[in-house]
Amino acid sequence: MITLRVNGKAVEVDADPDKPLLWVLREDLGLTGSKFGCGVGQCLACLVHLDGQPAAACLTPLAAVGEREVTTIEGLPADGSHPVQRAWMELNVVQCGYCQSGQVMAATALLARTPQPDEAAIDTALRGNLCRCGTYQRIRQAVARAASLAREA
Amino acid sequence: MVSLSRRAFVVGGTSVAGGLCLGLRLPALAAVQDESAFVPNAFVRVAADGAVTLTLHKSEMGQGAHSGLAAILADELDVDLAAVRLAMADEDPAYYLHMGTMGTGGSTSVRYSWDALAQAGATARAMLIAAAARTWKVERAACRTAMGKVLGPAGQGLGYGELATLAASLPVPENPPRRPPADYRYIGKPTPRVDNLAKVTGRAQFGIDVSLPGLLTAVVLRAPQFGGALDGFDASAAEKLPGVRAIVAIDSGVGVIADGYWQARRAAQRVTPRWRPAALALDDAGIARALDAALEQPGSPARRDGDVDAALAAAGKTLDATYRLPFLAHACMEPMNATAHVHDGRCDIWAPTQGQTRARDAAAALLGIPRERVAVHTTYLGGGFGRRFEVDFVLDAVALSRAAKAPVKVIWSREDDLAHDFYRPAAVHRLRAAFADSTPTAWQHRIASPSIQSRIAPGTVKEGVDRTVVEGVRELPYAIPNVALDCALVDVGVPVGYWRSVGSSGNAFVVESFVDELAHAAGEDPLAFRRRLLEGQPRHRGVLDLAATRAGWGEPLPEGRARGLAVHMSYGSYVAQVVEVEVANGTPRVRRVVCAIDCGRHVNPDQVVAQMEGGIVYGLTAALHGEVPMADGAARVGNFDSYPLLRLDAMPQVEVYIVPSDAAPGGTGEPGVPPLAPALANALFALTGQRLRSLPLRLG
Repeated sequence: MITLRVNGKAVEVDADPDKPLLWVLREDLGLTGSKFGCGVGQCLACLVHLDGQPAAACLTPLAAVGEREVTTIEGLPADGSHPVQRAWMELNVVQCGYCQSGQVMAATALLARTPQPDEAAIDTALRGNLCRCGTYQRIRQAVARAASLAREA
Repeated sequence: MVSLSRRAFVVGGTSVAGGLCLGLRLPALAAVQDESAFVPNAFVRVAADGAVTLTLHKSEMGQGAHSGLAAILADELDVDLAAVRLAMADEDPAYYLHMGTMGTGGSTSVRYSWDALAQAGATARAMLIAAAARTWKVERAACRTAMGKVLGPAGQGLGYGELATLAASLPVPENPPRRPPADYRYIGKPTPRVDNLAKVTGRAQFGIDVSLPGLLTAVVLRAPQFGGALDGFDASAAEKLPGVRAIVAIDSGVGVIADGYWQARRAAQRVTPRWRPAALALDDAGIARALDAALEQPGSPARRDGDVDAALAAAGKTLDATYRLPFLAHACMEPMNATAHVHDGRCDIWAPTQGQTRARDAAAALLGIPRERVAVHTTYLGGGFGRRFEVDFVLDAVALSRAAKAPVKVIWSREDDLAHDFYRPAAVHRLRAAFADSTPTAWQHRIASPSIQSRIAPGTVKEGVDRTVVEGVRELPYAIPNVALDCALVDVGVPVGYWRSVGSSGNAFVVESFVDELAHAAGEDPLAFRRRLLEGQPRHRGVLDLAATRAGWGEPLPEGRARGLAVHMSYGSYVAQVVEVEVANGTPRVRRVVCAIDCGRHVNPDQVVAQMEGGIVYGLTAALHGEVPMADGAARVGNFDSYPLLRLDAMPQVEVYIVPSDAAPGGTGEPGVPPLAPALANALFALTGQRLRSLPLRLG
């Protein structure tokens, strides 16, 4: 058994230490918000936070997580009240939505360390997150909008 | 974890719970089963407790179909969208409407269902009003509705739920009155998507998220070559690995079934399959030779105006060009997957599918059971773009569940997904045009291409013409008196299928690039030249003029930047785009795209804009990066490193303008794609003088 800290709770996982965190979250913990898109860290549909830092869950073996706090999309408010979620909904960013958990988590990690990012900072922080529906323009706008919503809060 | 009901599941959130909730689908028959609920048709259900469920019959794959359909139902029924439950319909003939099938594609979801759904909502509302009028003993005309209630002339009010039982006993009116558009709360306004909350909280259930008791997960090792077949396999090093349940041969290869994806994938790496090589080891050079050779033979005529041969012979000046299009993969963000449970002589399927009827029929055929014993439940789709109209991934799951005697979810790797697609066909176009002075007098156009319809709908291939091969060329809108269009359908051994905007995806590039060539040959501004030849095409001109004006066509640009434009009609909508491009380190860098669309009447202008934005990105990815090379009988493609998609830092500024129109509704999911590549190619010509006639666009 390996103990993980996920979304503020300690959980016991009976899985191979080599198993990628993504599949531990999805299969062992039932947290399916993090998505499988490529398996090699090229699309970041699986992006989660490890101690607040963005990480590709598909490339992170269970054993490598250690003491770090794992935050997934399910760790954000279920009512969508986080400024990033609010901005995303206000601007109708999502289309198919499959990449959006990763996009939202990338955005929350960015805003936690850079509360007022300019466009270049947004592009740099989220360029790893692919979106096949092409929601990029609204993603850019929504990150900026989330920054201002967070300031107002 | 949320588990799925066997019958169906609800895809949208209710405002109260704010989350994904589950419920039963209610086909027309449910009225018989549940007498307390009012179920006047397959789309509307009002329970006695007041719960309203709207059933949606089109797959939501990002295009906003659920939001659009729900808005139509809600406006005619007069309910608050935030207070209703949305359910995705299972496959059922009640949802074929006049398409004859349940499926999602061709940018048809809203435009082909609008009337039927408005009728469904209006029918329900009329019956609720009739029930109230009967209760109060007043004229129906004296009653009105207000967001889920019927109000009477003396200030009476009854909720729809309170009227449900009585309404269910009343006759179904044939021509219920529609609400005046001025009363609509949603249609015509930029309302929020109904799936926003589910998709920013991670709760939206895609195919890959399906969970069932005892569910196993499988991967399939597939023949690397198209048409390759399994000779046998050695699984001795894999079958003892932890979590492995079974390793079996199925039609598509070797299925490795385990407790989870990672265990299945790890075991698959230790299976040694033996493949019989394909009969034809095709490669790009051989495919190009086959297509070129087909152009030397007489083709099948698809359009004949006037006498092209005579016009060419008489012409003072002719212009020749050959254009080439590559194979393209769909690359949906959600890799192909499906879940099936074959049990007790029946089969349940949960799939992110665009083709419910095809999936149900194919599963029934594979299992040798009647379709009535197969149920197809549709999840959210992590992208579709035409790929999920296919049934291969569904049949994987059915075959694997049958073999495992358990529910099985099959998950393709990204590498499987890209290398085993039904690709946008590669094609070669040969064109010749003639001029009299500066006016084109003849357009001769020959296309050699693999045929999608020959596999999917052979009955639609008429006298050698596949409509998808000539789509967007046959409708050439320019006033040119002599036109000859021929096509040659060439089977090169690569599976081909519908790819967002299908034939128009590549044909618009050819037509609108060649029109640009004609404009330059005539020494005329590309906008003025098009406008002159589109005299009788007001909707083409309307979008061209709007896009050109907003883009500042003709106004000076910074050094090193140029504009190009293109216009194209597809799926009933007219779209013009103006692209501004620069070149950095020898590669194009698109800075701005101005888009104008005339899609007639539409439900949600914000979602029209979103589809144009998305189509532009899809088109730009293809124009800059899209190609799937073929070598040794296989697609030479791996993961996203070898099939790159546009990323955020390459995203241009996009502006979308909608032409106000009362014309019949057009589609929006696809028409944003076709004009992008030619507008970009034309901008690159303006900037560099290089006329790029092959995709993807690579500067010399």
